[in-house]
Amino acid sequence: MTFGRAVYLFFVALIMVFLVAPLGVIMWASFFADKILAFPPSGYTVAYYARAWQLADFSQGFMTSIQVAVCATVGSLLVGIPAALAIERLSVPARAAVREVLLAPMYVPAIVAGAAVYLYYIQFEIKTEFQLTATFLGLLIAHTLVGIPWTMRLVSASLVSNGGVAEEAAQSLGANALQTFFLVTLPVIRSGIIAAALFSFIASFTELELSLFLVGPGKTTLPIAIINYLEWNLDSTIAAVATVQIVIIGAALLVSDRFVNLGRDF
Amino acid sequence: MAGVELRSIRKTYGDLAAVDDVSLDIRDGELVALLGPSGCGKTTTLRAIAGFVQPTSGTVHFGERDVTALPVHKRNVGMVFQGYALFPHLNVSDNVRFGLRVRGWGKSRVAERVQRMLQWVQLEKLAHRRPRELSGGQQQRVALARAMAIEPDVLLLDEPFSALDAKLRQQMRTEIRQLQREAGITSVFVTHDQEEAMAIADRIGVMSHGKLEQLGSAQDLYQRPVSRFVAGFIGKCNFIEGRVAQAREFESRDGTRLAFTGSHAAGNAALCVRPEHLVLGPASEARGNRIPVTLKSATYLGPATEYELVTAAGDQLLVSASSAGGGVPREGTPLAVSWRPEDGFVVA
Repeated sequence: MTFGRAVYLFFVALIMVFLVAPLGVIMWASFFADKILAFPPSGYTVAYYARAWQLADFSQGFMTSIQVAVCATVGSLLVGIPAALAIERLSVPARAAVREVLLAPMYVPAIVAGAAVYLYYIQFEIKTEFQLTATFLGLLIAHTLVGIPWTMRLVSASLVSNGGVAEEAAQSLGANALQTFFLVTLPVIRSGIIAAALFSFIASFTELELSLFLVGPGKTTLPIAIINYLEWNLDSTIAAVATVQIVIIGAALLVSDRFVNLGRDF
Repeated sequence: MAGVELRSIRKTYGDLAAVDDVSLDIRDGELVALLGPSGCGKTTTLRAIAGFVQPTSGTVHFGERDVTALPVHKRNVGMVFQGYALFPHLNVSDNVRFGLRVRGWGKSRVAERVQRMLQWVQLEKLAHRRPRELSGGQQQRVALARAMAIEPDVLLLDEPFSALDAKLRQQMRTEIRQLQREAGITSVFVTHDQEEAMAIADRIGVMSHGKLEQLGSAQDLYQRPVSRFVAGFIGKCNFIEGRVAQAREFESRDGTRLAFTGSHAAGNAALCVRPEHLVLGPASEARGNRIPVTLKSATYLGPATEYELVTAAGDQLLVSASSAGGGVPREGTPLAVSWRPEDGFVVA
């Protein structure tokens, strides 16, 4: 075994111990039978999964999160795909600036962005008497912003690696702009779009800090429901909820890995 | 089918002229190569014919038809791209079908045409493969079949062989040449490889700095280059600097009078002789033009030996001579090169 390989395995081991093992512990703990988390467990049960679903905060939070994530994914695709196309394929003025603005939600700390969006919504409401804070629409707009950078990045990467030359070939064969887009561009970047959708979904589904400012009473997202619950309780319910979340995200990651080489595009 | 005519094409990007007043008349059924170093404007010229580049001024005609204002998809050009640009999501026959599909041809007519094209390039057996499952040569044949399926007026090929290894490149260029002849289609291809251009083109247009330096057959370019650039770019060439003293007489910088055939205006110029036309030997055996030289180095290449020489005036000369008979002279030996007047030509 070479030195390089030893170093590599060492880091892999670190990742397993500090990133993967805790997930395993949580999934394991979701089956503990004890009323208060204790180690070692006195027995095993699946009862906490049922209990989690019975708690309105969790079931309703779960549904809200899914709804917001699905809608925000659609929204970020509707904005991100045309934006990526314009930036990569057309000579848009101030290309770089447009790109940075749309990628900004990735760089601005979510808690800062949350405060900013909240203040903006308040101002908006004062000016127009149209309420965005504590509404589904307000939450959706914010989550769409979170998804746009992911869409832009992934769709851009796929546009760049599938250079414009296939599109030129289509034109030379007689395809007009619409035919070129639907018969060539779209199919060629299909895997990028699927990955973008999955990542936007995950980004929205796990989004916490931004949402803290924007949810209303009785209408929270799942991560907020978890935080609220953790403030007063520590039992396997929380582990059960987390396990469901981990499984959903893990599935999304596995699916997207099938469509894009994640190691390559980042 | 029709010929292609470029009339004073110019394409400028800011202050830079990528193509500078290029006029080119390509006859019906002819294969013309645009040859030149990278950045000479050959690709821009090709893209202007295709319609991807809108010339700043000048016109493009296909036969009698002025197509300058026509967008790419209405020009009916078949194009084989560098790297082929096959549609990765479509199989071989769908790639070939693409142009017919967007033209709205009827189903049976399309099927028949696709079948014929696949037969033509001998790919019927691979009709259901995806491009990534094909070798480079097969991909190129798909690209050609796809471009030709639409019955184009003109076939354009952009560095079509550059992605292939040396052996396959030779095979494919013969193949493409044959297919082009069979189809009798007016074709333009771009290359930076002079051997490739000479091997398959009817005529070659040599480009440099956006200008068309010379258009002619391989023999024309090799034997009667019109400029120093063409002389040096097509094959190897020796330049003896000096001036044209009077009709058919050249005077080198050290005053040696040298005869040449052909005509050239008086003034500073260079007398060019190809390495294989120079005879190297002891001063006494010279015939025709003769200048004394000093041997700098000799490179034994098997059948031939290449000698690097320098004249009294400082011109570097390269002589290629058969290795048979006699040893290699020592470096620094005083020698002379001679050549027949008709083997020399003068360029400005």
